[in-house]
Amino acid sequence: MLKYKRLALLSILTFAMFTLIYSINVAQDSSHNQLPQNEAVSSDGQHHDDVVSATDHAESGAGHAEEKLNAGKIIMEHVADAHGWHLWGHTEIPLPIILYSSDRGMALFSSSRFEHGHKTYNGYMLQGQKVVAVNEMGEMDAHHATVNEEITANIFDISITKNVASIFICCGLMLLIFTNIASAYTRKRKGLAPTGLQNAMEPIIMFVRDDLIKPSIGHKYEKYVPYLLTVFFFIWIANLMGLIPVFPFGANLTGSISVALTLAVFTFVIVTVNANKNYWEHVFMMPGVPKGVLVLLTPIEILGVFLRPFVLMIRLFANITAGHIIALAFFSLIFIFGQNGMGVGLAVSPLTLVFTVFMTVLELLVAFLQAYVFTMLSAVYIGAAIEEHHH
Amino acid sequence: MELVKPEFGLIFWMSISFLIVVFLMRKFAWGPILSSLKERETSISDALNAAKKAKEEVANMTAENERILQEARNERDVLLREARETKDQIINESRAKAQVEGDRLITLAREAITNEKMAAITDLKNQVAYLSIEIAEKMIRQKLSNDEQQKALVQEMLKDVKMN
Repeated sequence: MLKYKRLALLSILTFAMFTLIYSINVAQDSSHNQLPQNEAVSSDGQHHDDVVSATDHAESGAGHAEEKLNAGKIIMEHVADAHGWHLWGHTEIPLPIILYSSDRGMALFSSSRFEHGHKTYNGYMLQGQKVVAVNEMGEMDAHHATVNEEITANIFDISITKNVASIFICCGLMLLIFTNIASAYTRKRKGLAPTGLQNAMEPIIMFVRDDLIKPSIGHKYEKYVPYLLTVFFFIWIANLMGLIPVFPFGANLTGSISVALTLAVFTFVIVTVNANKNYWEHVFMMPGVPKGVLVLLTPIEILGVFLRPFVLMIRLFANITAGHIIALAFFSLIFIFGQNGMGVGLAVSPLTLVFTVFMTVLELLVAFLQAYVFTMLSAVYIGAAIEEHHH
Repeated sequence: MELVKPEFGLIFWMSISFLIVVFLMRKFAWGPILSSLKERETSISDALNAAKKAKEEVANMTAENERILQEARNERDVLLREARETKDQIINESRAKAQVEGDRLITLAREAITNEKMAAITDLKNQVAYLSIEIAEKMIRQKLSNDEQQKALVQEMLKDVKMN
């Protein structure tokens, strides 16, 4: 019993620590976004000339840019994708920018060239987090550059953004964990009782296979197990990575609509490719329904075919993003109150800390739940598509 | 809304990496893991079945042993009874034989005794007759030495005859 209590205490402390790091990140972000100049900002010793722009210097030097704290903006920046991986203060890891435009060809350079959007490079510059083409080809101050709308419309931006890097990390982590486990099954501990990571993952794999996939798909389930297991663990690991606020985690990966969309499209493709005659019959010509009703029913059924993956996408995206937004919003409360004086902010912080810990624990549940729901619904859709009806 | 706008680059990388990961995971992770799990499941169920079978066999064997033991016990009883009967029979037979033999011997002995007795009696009779004749001869010889005595004897004998 004592052991479990100690574990519980340890996990609570871990979450408290993580949320504290969150708060520090948000605090430094608020200083980065030119918000109330308080001691936290001036004590920030991370200023490097090469990463801090001239305007930052000008404003922090002036010290009277009393802009209103824009919590919404901070939160959205945290939730959205970025071309650099922000670590702390003004330090961020630059990520490669890869562009293809039919007019200018391929371009590959580091995002540090843009200097946080203050410089143009090679005829491109950052507008928010979007790369746009400019008319001027040399390096110059971004504020004086003119955007070339025509070329911008034809840019294919396949940069390694923060989310793309996170995808790679997540995939790498998955491969590392599961090939390791696989080798435990086949080589290291073949024929022995499972231990450690293998022991931890086995019940989850068994749970997904036996309680999620098998009942949803039926006896022809084995073909789909690798895909569905991969989806489950990808979403789960990505969700958990999103909850850990320190590098190399913390990207809002599954809360990105593009990632959710891709996963949903994969499920849609698998469903459509494997669907049997029976499935299409139920879509276009629902058996046992009068012709007149079919006029009404068939469009609904066709819509349903596309609606299902769409709902999959929205559910995953909305749940994870919402969780991130709420957790960050609770934290921003500290700084919103902090605008009325540091004491107020400090006074509010324990309460918001409790809220954020609560939200993070809740998100831990949601992380599993969303992976579960996405996998189960994918399995259900596949099951419906390959179901055989014996009339 | 930037948040709900799909980005080409992200979809591009996500599709590629996810496809690769599904492929790699299928080949190097899920394949071995799932087949090992299945193998283990079948081996466990096989082992359980084997254990069940062994248990049944043991139960059968116990019953068999019990049966054999019972049989052996019965056989032993039968053997003992038979032995006892044989023993009794032998004893009885011997006793009967001994009786008969004894009787025969006794009869023989009795016959021999009778024969001997008869022989002895005959012999005794002969002896007595002989002795009597001798005595009588001696007496007659003595008594008939004078006439008087002869007369007296004849008288006496005649007296006896008359009395008869």
